[in-house]
Amino acid sequence: MSDSNAPAIRAIVAGHGDWAAGLVSALAQITGRGDLFLPLTNRGMSGEQLEMALRAAVDETGASCVFTDLVGGSWTLTARRVMRDRPSLVLVTGANLSMLLDFTFHDSMPPEEAARLAVEKGRSAMTVGGGGMQTGGGRGN
Amino acid sequence: MAIELYRIDDRLIHGQVVVGWGSPLDIQFLVLVDDDVADSEWEQELYRMGTPPEMAIYFETVDSAAGQLDHYRRDERRGILLTSSIQTMRRLAEAASIPAVNLGGIHHRTGRTERLRYVFLDGEEEEALRSLADRGVIVTAQDVPAARAVPLSELLAAGQEG
Repeated sequence: MSDSNAPAIRAIVAGHGDWAAGLVSALAQITGRGDLFLPLTNRGMSGEQLEMALRAAVDETGASCVFTDLVGGSWTLTARRVMRDRPSLVLVTGANLSMLLDFTFHDSMPPEEAARLAVEKGRSAMTVGGGGMQTGGGRGN
Repeated sequence: MAIELYRIDDRLIHGQVVVGWGSPLDIQFLVLVDDDVADSEWEQELYRMGTPPEMAIYFETVDSAAGQLDHYRRDERRGILLTSSIQTMRRLAEAASIPAVNLGGIHHRTGRTERLRYVFLDGEEEEALRSLADRGVIVTAQDVPAARAVPLSELLAAGQEG
């Protein structure tokens, strides 16, 4: 059951618990383009199963990019294993919603370039405010 | 005791270990005991990349780990010793004294029966766990620090319930 229609999925979002499904549902709500992403959870899976699942997901969808949550997480290690024989796959760790939104809007760009821009966006989206600190801001640099 | 946790986890280094246990226990080093990983520079590099910069990681075979265990225990930092399989931990416990073993994640595979949501065991593995307990090793299952430590007797009595 593989060939229903052309693969629209551009990236895999893989993380702990319902993190990936939550991000993709947020993307769908904001952009209507949740279909560009395939969410994966590692819940209840062994290292071996993670690798099989990610290989299958990459092969079936043709996704060129994998976004993961933690640098030291099991999906990140799994993605690095898969990249050993699929060196063109792009891995982005520490993903967040702003990053994925940016990636969504650069869908005509080569994936690596789109991923680099997305990472910049994701980084700049992180700010701290309040807490009674004297130095206001929150606008970054 | 500088090794705070002797953990069996088929994902070895991952979020639950480095963050889930690493942060509350203030872990500063990991000892990964695995004959295959100890023999593969590529595998070691992979696990190094998954280890936070503030933690050191050491790779040992079962034999070298047995020889180095006292050295790690005297370390003033706090560490976690990891194996990916019950059999590896059993071999280590036969070669060196281990006080307690934490079953952190042994996932579904053909032939294994579910004991907990994150612990699936086959007959040989149950036997190996009993043999660890017979040596006086305290065996419990606990995936994260906030969860209850389930004793081996309760684990083996548990049916296919999640």
